[in-house]
Amino acid sequence: MEILMAVVIGILFMCATYLMLSKSILRIIIGTGLLSHGAHLLILTMGGLKRGAVPLLGEHADSYVDPLPQALILTAIVISFGVTSYFLVLAYRTYQELGTDNMDLLRGNESNE
Amino acid sequence: MNNMVIFPILLPFISGILLLFFRNLKVQKTFSVLSLSASTLLALYLIADVYTNGIRTLDVSNWAAPFGITIVADMLSSILVLTTNIIALCVVIYSFNSIGKEREKFYYYPVFQMLLIGVNGAFLTGDIFNLFVFFEVMLMSSYVLLVLGGTKIQLRETIKYILVNVISSALFVIAVAYLYSVVGTLNMAHLSERIAEIGQPGIITVIAVLFLIVFGLKGAVFPLFFWLPGSYYAAPAPVLALFGALLTKVGVYSITRTYTLMFYHDTDYTHTLLSWIAIATIIIGVIGAIAYWDIKKIVIYNIIIAVGVIVYGVSLFNEAGTNGAVLYLVHDMIIKAALFLLIGIMAKIAGTSDLRKMSGLIKEFPVVGWTFFVAAISLAGIPPLSGFAGKLLIVQGSIEAGDYFGTFIILGSSLIVLYSIMKVFINGFWGVPMKIENKQTKTVNMLLVPAMVLVAISLAFGLGLEKLLPYFSQATETLMNPDLYIDAVLKE
Repeated sequence: MEILMAVVIGILFMCATYLMLSKSILRIIIGTGLLSHGAHLLILTMGGLKRGAVPLLGEHADSYVDPLPQALILTAIVISFGVTSYFLVLAYRTYQELGTDNMDLLRGNESNE
Repeated sequence: MNNMVIFPILLPFISGILLLFFRNLKVQKTFSVLSLSASTLLALYLIADVYTNGIRTLDVSNWAAPFGITIVADMLSSILVLTTNIIALCVVIYSFNSIGKEREKFYYYPVFQMLLIGVNGAFLTGDIFNLFVFFEVMLMSSYVLLVLGGTKIQLRETIKYILVNVISSALFVIAVAYLYSVVGTLNMAHLSERIAEIGQPGIITVIAVLFLIVFGLKGAVFPLFFWLPGSYYAAPAPVLALFGALLTKVGVYSITRTYTLMFYHDTDYTHTLLSWIAIATIIIGVIGAIAYWDIKKIVIYNIIIAVGVIVYGVSLFNEAGTNGAVLYLVHDMIIKAALFLLIGIMAKIAGTSDLRKMSGLIKEFPVVGWTFFVAAISLAGIPPLSGFAGKLLIVQGSIEAGDYFGTFIILGSSLIVLYSIMKVFINGFWGVPMKIENKQTKTVNMLLVPAMVLVAISLAFGLGLEKLLPYFSQATETLMNPDLYIDAVLKE
């Protein structure tokens, strides 16, 4: 199971890298989304994917899955939520001000100062 | 009372939240200054406390060490927290006359406090994931401070800055995930203990390099510095001073912490890599510092040089080198803040940051000129001033380690730093006096006060080093003996 997850996460990272190297800001933001998905899945996988009950004491099970990675992921998810929403609004504002979403044109030449 | 340890984080947190509710700028300004003065005094108390009682720790919510989050104040963290608060106080006073109403109205002071939560938290935390969270607190506030005002150049550069930091944050999460899967803990002291038990196999070295990439992206070391010149160039002067003094240094501190506390078993590979990276960083910074005729760019590249010098001192991993790195770290935080504030004043007087368009400022503003001169020679490390002792110790450490090439690069870089900053002084202050439109002597004097305070602190730091040295050697002692840190946290 971990191997399958590792391959899937690898594919996510690959797509993220490819998208982040493109010209359009929106594609880049989609890339960062995929990158954070990959990172979160990686925490889950690295915490171990052994069978066990959900981490609720009311389950009265013999073994539970590791609760720590889940808490880490939850933290990382809200952080990347915050950053992504900020990034999206910034991209929108930049489009309004500078009139382009092409990273090649955002170089700081005299023409778009 | 061990609860003192958390106050440098708690105080800016409370005042940051309270400031959100007060739209009145006078209240915001007064409150910011009061809160920062209080946390400066607290940091002084913390240093005295750590000096007499050793490392102070606080297990948050009384969960014993490896299971809860631990806040750890050793001497290095306490010194850095004090430096941060002093710089923040000076920068916030500088902001009163420089940042402008339209930025102040949109939560400049609250966000300023939020940035301090992140920086102080990153210095004080004893948990690797908590370090990530404090990094994010710091970075998110820095995104807002960088874009606040919304001019075209700010928007453009903030996009790049955010993108780089989003990627490095994802890498941080990945690195923590790998480390957790190998050793199964997040507390730094406990991590160190467990890594020592398994004797740093290959996978830990890989993770160490991954952490170097993450913290190198924050701290702008050689192949990862590319985002810094453009992004920092966009920020207004006080924000630039805050970034230049604090943000990259948090990355450098994290490299220092992880490489002295956790990944010190296979120094052949990791520390050699670190020293080559540091030398390359110095060379790149030096090239940038002589290439430009823009005062902001020159000082920005000087940040990169200083990061290289500090990381080189850490990579030596001997008593003298580490001690030098700590001294130089504190010196550089203070002097970079002072220099950015001073070039902010220069740019305000001349109305441009292009060195070729300004000259003869010393005729109208002699105090600015001579303050800048003192700051400049202090930056280069002329003996009675603060930059000297750190570099001397780093050079001593590198000779002890037998790395003469590194020694040569460090000494050579000082020369070029001096050249680059004297270029600013000679071209900006000497020569035929330029025509200054709307001379704002009063504003300039108000702006000069915090800059002069920082330069004075830097002077005192250089002249009174004898008095301060015991504190710094205590900081070095903890770095060189990770057991002290581990024992303090895990209380065995």
